[in-house]
Amino acid sequence: MRRPLFKQWAHDYGWSVLLLLILLVSWEAVVALGWVPSFIIPAPTSIIQALIKDSPLLIGQHLIATLEEVSLGFLLSVIVGVMLAVGMHIFRPLEKTLYPFLIISQTIPLIALSPIFIMWFGYSIWSKVAVVFLTAFFPIVVSTYDGLKKGDGDYTELLLTMGANRWDIFRTIEIPMALPSFFSGLKLSIVYCVVGATIGEWLGGTKGLGYFSRRMASNMHTDAMFASILLLSLLGISLFMMIVIMEKQILKRRGSTK
Amino acid sequence: MSILSLHNLTYSYSQSHESAIIQGLSMNVHAGEFISIIGVSGSGKSTLFKLIAGLLEPNCGEIRIHGEKCTTNRLGEVAYMPQKDLLLPWRTVLDNCLLPWEFNRKPSRGHKEEVIASIQRMLARFGLGNYEHCYPNELSGGMRQRVAFLRTLITGQDLLLLDEPFGALDAMTKREMHRWLLGLWGDLHKTILFITHDLEEAILLSDRIYLLPSEHNQTVQEIHVNLPRPRQYAMNYDPHFIQLRKDLEQRLYEKTSI
Ligand SMILES: Nc1ncnc2c1ncn2[C@@H]1O[C@H](COP(=O)(O)OP(=O)(O)OP(=O)(O)O)[C@@H](O)[C@H]1O
Ligand SMILES: [Mg+2]
Repeated sequence: MRRPLFKQWAHDYGWSVLLLLILLVSWEAVVALGWVPSFIIPAPTSIIQALIKDSPLLIGQHLIATLEEVSLGFLLSVIVGVMLAVGMHIFRPLEKTLYPFLIISQTIPLIALSPIFIMWFGYSIWSKVAVVFLTAFFPIVVSTYDGLKKGDGDYTELLLTMGANRWDIFRTIEIPMALPSFFSGLKLSIVYCVVGATIGEWLGGTKGLGYFSRRMASNMHTDAMFASILLLSLLGISLFMMIVIMEKQILKRRGSTK
Repeated sequence: MSILSLHNLTYSYSQSHESAIIQGLSMNVHAGEFISIIGVSGSGKSTLFKLIAGLLEPNCGEIRIHGEKCTTNRLGEVAYMPQKDLLLPWRTVLDNCLLPWEFNRKPSRGHKEEVIASIQRMLARFGLGNYEHCYPNELSGGMRQRVAFLRTLITGQDLLLLDEPFGALDAMTKREMHRWLLGLWGDLHKTILFITHDLEEAILLSDRIYLLPSEHNQTVQEIHVNLPRPRQYAMNYDPHFIQLRKDLEQRLYEKTSI
C-alpha cells in the first residue's frame, strides 16, 4: 500500500526534487566558498537559521497578518467576481457595459494607484485588501464567465424539450459545465492574492511578510528577508494546493466533461 | 386517430424561402405507429424533429399534436432523443433519468420516490439493473443509448422522436439493440418517429417509412411495411422483406442518381 504511493510520488516529482537539491547544494557551496558575499545572497542554511530565530515574530505575527489580508481579499474577489460573471452571463447589456471596464481595471498599474488606497483606507488592513482584490478578482470573473458561456447548445436544446426554463438550464447545465473553468480561475487568483498582499504591504503598513521583508532588506538583513520570502512562497503553494484538493473533491467522480 | 399531423410545413434557416430545407411537407402519424424517416444526409431530418419538438418555428404550415393546432410554445409536448446520447457526465444513470421529472411542473408528474421506483424497474428490464449509480463514462455505447432511451420514456410523452438512436453503434451492438427494442415494442404503447440511415433497420422496426425529398425528388414518399408483428430478426430473409428492401434502394438510388 505504502510503497506504490511513494513510487508514484517519486515518479511525479522526483526530478523536480532532485533539481531543487542540486540547486540548494551548489548555492550553499557558492556562498561557503566565498564567491558571493552573504549579504548579497545568504546561504540556504543561514536562511533557515534566520527563519528559526525569527519564527515567533515571522509566523505568529507577520504570516498571520498576510494570511488575513489574503483571505479577505480572496473572499471578496470570489464573491464579487462570481456575481459579476453571472450577471454578465444572464444579462447581455451588463456584459457589453462592464467588459471594457474590467479590462481597463487590469491595465492600471497598481503601484501607481496604491497611494490613493492609502488615502481612502488609511494604513488599515483594507488598503491591502483593496490591492489584493484588484489583482485577484479579474481571473475569477473571466474564467467563470467563459465557463458559463461554454454551456453546450445541444444539452440546452434537450432540456428545453423536457420543458426546462432558463433557471433550470442555468442550474443543471451551465453551473456544472463552468466548474472546471471556475477552479482554474481560483487557482490563478489565489496566487495573485499573495502577490497582491505583498505589494500592498510594501506600499505602507506595519505588519505582514511583505512589510517584514522590505524592512529587513533595508537593514541589510538579507537572510531574514529571504526567510520571509520563503514563507510567502510556501503560503502561496499551500493555498494553491488547498484549492487543488477542493477541486479534486468536487470534480472527483465525474467523467470526461467535454 | 392521428397523434401528429404536419400540413404543408416549410422551414428555412435563412430568410430566403428559395433555399428552404423543408418545403411543403405533410405527413400523418397515428397513435401506436412506428415510423421511420429516411433521407440523404442534410435532407433536413434532424431539422424536422426540432420543428416538431418546438425548438424551431416553421416559416409556414401547421403542426398538430393530439389533434390540437400548436401555437408558438409546444416545448415539453413530445419526447426528443437527439443524435448524441447527451447524458450529463456528472450525474449518475439514475439522476440522468430523473431529469425529465425535475422539469415537469404538471401536477401529474408524481412523487419522486415513485418515479425512482419506476426508473429502477425499467433499468432492470433494460438489463441495467446494477448500473443505476454508475456514471455515464463507465458504460458502453449500447448501455448509454439504452439509458438515453429510458430517459426519453420517463418524460411520459406518447410521441417519441428518436434521431438516429443507434447510428453510432457497431453492427453487433446495433443488432442487439434491435432485438431488445422489438421485444419491448409489444407493451410499450408509444408512438415512435425514428430517423435512420439503415434500410434494414427501418424495414425491420417500422410500420411505415417516409422517404424525405431531396434536391431532385420533390415529394415525400411513403412505404407501408406489411410484415406481421411481433417481428423477429429472421424476417431479414423473408422474400417480402427482400422485396421491400429492393424497392427502397431503388427509390433512394433514383433520387440520388438523376
Ligand atoms: N443551425 C443551423 N443553421 C443553419 N443551417 C443549418 C443548421 N442546422 C442544420 N443546417 C443545415 O440544414 C441542413 C439539414 O440539416 P439536418 O441536420 O436537418 O440534416 P439531417 O438530415 O439530419 O442530416 P444527417 O443525416 O447528417 O444527420 C443541412 O444542410 C445543414 O447544413
Ligand atoms: Mg441529423
